[in-house]
Amino acid sequence: MSQKLSWRKLAATSVLVPALALSACSSTGGRAPEAGSEGGGGEVASTERMKVALITHAPAGDTFWDIVRKGAEEAAAKDNIELQYLNDEDGGRQAQLLEQAVDQGVDGIAITLAKPDAMASALKEATDAGIPIVSLNAGEDQSAELGAFTHFGSNEKLAGETVGERLKEEGYENPICVIQAQGHVGLENRCAGVKSQVPGTEILYVQGTDMTQVQSTVTAKLQSAADADVIIGLGAPITMTILQSAATANNDIKVASFDLNAELAQKIVDGEVIFTVDQQPWLQGYGAVDALWQNKRGGFEIGGGQPVLTGPTVIDSTNAEEVLAFAEEGLR
Amino acid sequence: MTSTATIKAPVSDERVAIKSTLAKLLGRPEIGALVGAVALFIFFSAVAPVFLQPGSIATVLYGASTIGIMAVGVSLLMIGGEFDLSTGVAVISSALTASLFSWYFSMNIWVGVLLALAVSLGIGFINGWILVKTKLPSFIVTLATFLMLTGLNLGLTRAIGGSVSTPSISTMDGFESAHAIFASSVNIAGVDVKITVFIWIAMVAVASWLLLRTKVGNWIFASGGDANAARAVGVPVVRTKIGLFMGVGFCAWVAGMHNLFAFSTVQSGEGIGNEFLYIIAAVIGGCLLTGGYGSAIGGAIGAFIFGMANKGIVYADWNPDWFKFFLGLMLLLATIVNLVVKRRAEQK
Repeated sequence: MSQKLSWRKLAATSVLVPALALSACSSTGGRAPEAGSEGGGGEVASTERMKVALITHAPAGDTFWDIVRKGAEEAAAKDNIELQYLNDEDGGRQAQLLEQAVDQGVDGIAITLAKPDAMASALKEATDAGIPIVSLNAGEDQSAELGAFTHFGSNEKLAGETVGERLKEEGYENPICVIQAQGHVGLENRCAGVKSQVPGTEILYVQGTDMTQVQSTVTAKLQSAADADVIIGLGAPITMTILQSAATANNDIKVASFDLNAELAQKIVDGEVIFTVDQQPWLQGYGAVDALWQNKRGGFEIGGGQPVLTGPTVIDSTNAEEVLAFAEEGLR
Repeated sequence: MTSTATIKAPVSDERVAIKSTLAKLLGRPEIGALVGAVALFIFFSAVAPVFLQPGSIATVLYGASTIGIMAVGVSLLMIGGEFDLSTGVAVISSALTASLFSWYFSMNIWVGVLLALAVSLGIGFINGWILVKTKLPSFIVTLATFLMLTGLNLGLTRAIGGSVSTPSISTMDGFESAHAIFASSVNIAGVDVKITVFIWIAMVAVASWLLLRTKVGNWIFASGGDANAARAVGVPVVRTKIGLFMGVGFCAWVAGMHNLFAFSTVQSGEGIGNEFLYIIAAVIGGCLLTGGYGSAIGGAIGAFIFGMANKGIVYADWNPDWFKFFLGLMLLLATIVNLVVKRRAEQK
């Protein structure tokens, strides 16, 4: 009985939805008609096809890592590389992915060292097997020690200091720094960098996996912290939510940010966000994969034993419009 | 135990005896949570005066409502003897469905919203249907759907939208009206209160009426108390359980639409872990994990406790490192209080 009813409902919906759909096209927004542009066209390197594994600590479904991956894919397409992208948040499981890549006999490894100690023994296996290694994003200090010939990334502390300096210049004294994952070393370093320049900095922790909770917690903070003059989001989606909290709390506090996406670039153009610092994640992915290719091509080791910095670069009202076009393409 | 009572008054049955008002009150499932909520409210009012500002209360209520909307469905489901681990990601699945469908086909948002409702009810139906067909525990069935939905959210979002978050839909037709219904604010005496607070209250009222005043409510209690006995006296246990899972699906749709229209984009990895918050709210509110006991209003009080603790720590400027510890402690205390109060009330 109940199933019959459900089937009938199902049938009704399957008729109703297309019927509605026919008369319900949106006049604005939505998917742009196919532009037919495949990025990174042109000649492919004539070197022998090689296989590179890019292994990150990215949580699934994170926009930042999407851009890193796009950079890596573009380098792979140009350099005649077969790219294997693998990720796991958990240090132990990331090390297992690394071991698997070594077992498969890849020709190069690009790896993030968010948990360097967990990677040490697996990286030893890789260096023993003579596989060239490049680290990216996290682990600048441990990179050389663990056998990587160079590192692509932006120093989180330096990025934090850049933000802090800028805020100090503009006369802000009591920033709130919003951390969306408690106990995350990189994020803590960013806020520590801000605090080193502006001692009045306060840290607020929110649960980044639930935007409604981010919004209500930030609203709560803005209602109770009367002397705060600027609030900083550590990721573009978090900053977008902070803007809503400021509106809800009726607080005309200024908003600054780390990282970038198209919506954030638009808000900087509109003047709703004062600035952001970008670590240019696309360059990290592109640089790491391309460095492995250069190493194969001529034994090159870029960076002179030092990390190659991909940031921080400041994006404010002076250059946001230019960046916006690339952000809409998913490159920035 | 009751032998002396039956000797003294053989004509009356203690099961139908009129209880005193106090005993009745103490026998309510949500009494432990209510005491806890009042205590917590007084506590935070004392340590953080800003907590009592109307604006702050509106914020606490908003934080509570986003958990509470789901806790309504989850409470009823737990009274019916089952629980659901797929709820956290099901909220995001619903938001993704509406967003990606409308965006990909450039359609009016409302088409996507209705499709998302069908999908959410469908997920609930599948959960319930597999459960009653296979007789597997709901832990296993919904753990499986939790994992599958997590994968589908990530996989389909990238396949359709080309990125891990959905494209913004804020300029599309129908966004304004949907935003007004799912994510606007209502100004009450100068304070902006989020519409989810009213949706939440309405849903709690409907669920309470359903539980206490209708035949369906009796079916839910009976199915959760003893499914075999319930079936024997003619309760449609299969339909009730599938219906309860679909009820959870409906709540996930409401919460998902709020997420979508409040932020206009959704990240495909969100929602994981929230399923436990919904269960915590229901359990603090007096629902038993074994089923057959609990109330909708209890789940609402549980969500309110969560909202107060979560935001109160910010108002009081405390180190949030300890928040999870306090949440765990509160869960334990609330369940112990529930247990003690319930035993006392049953003895009287």
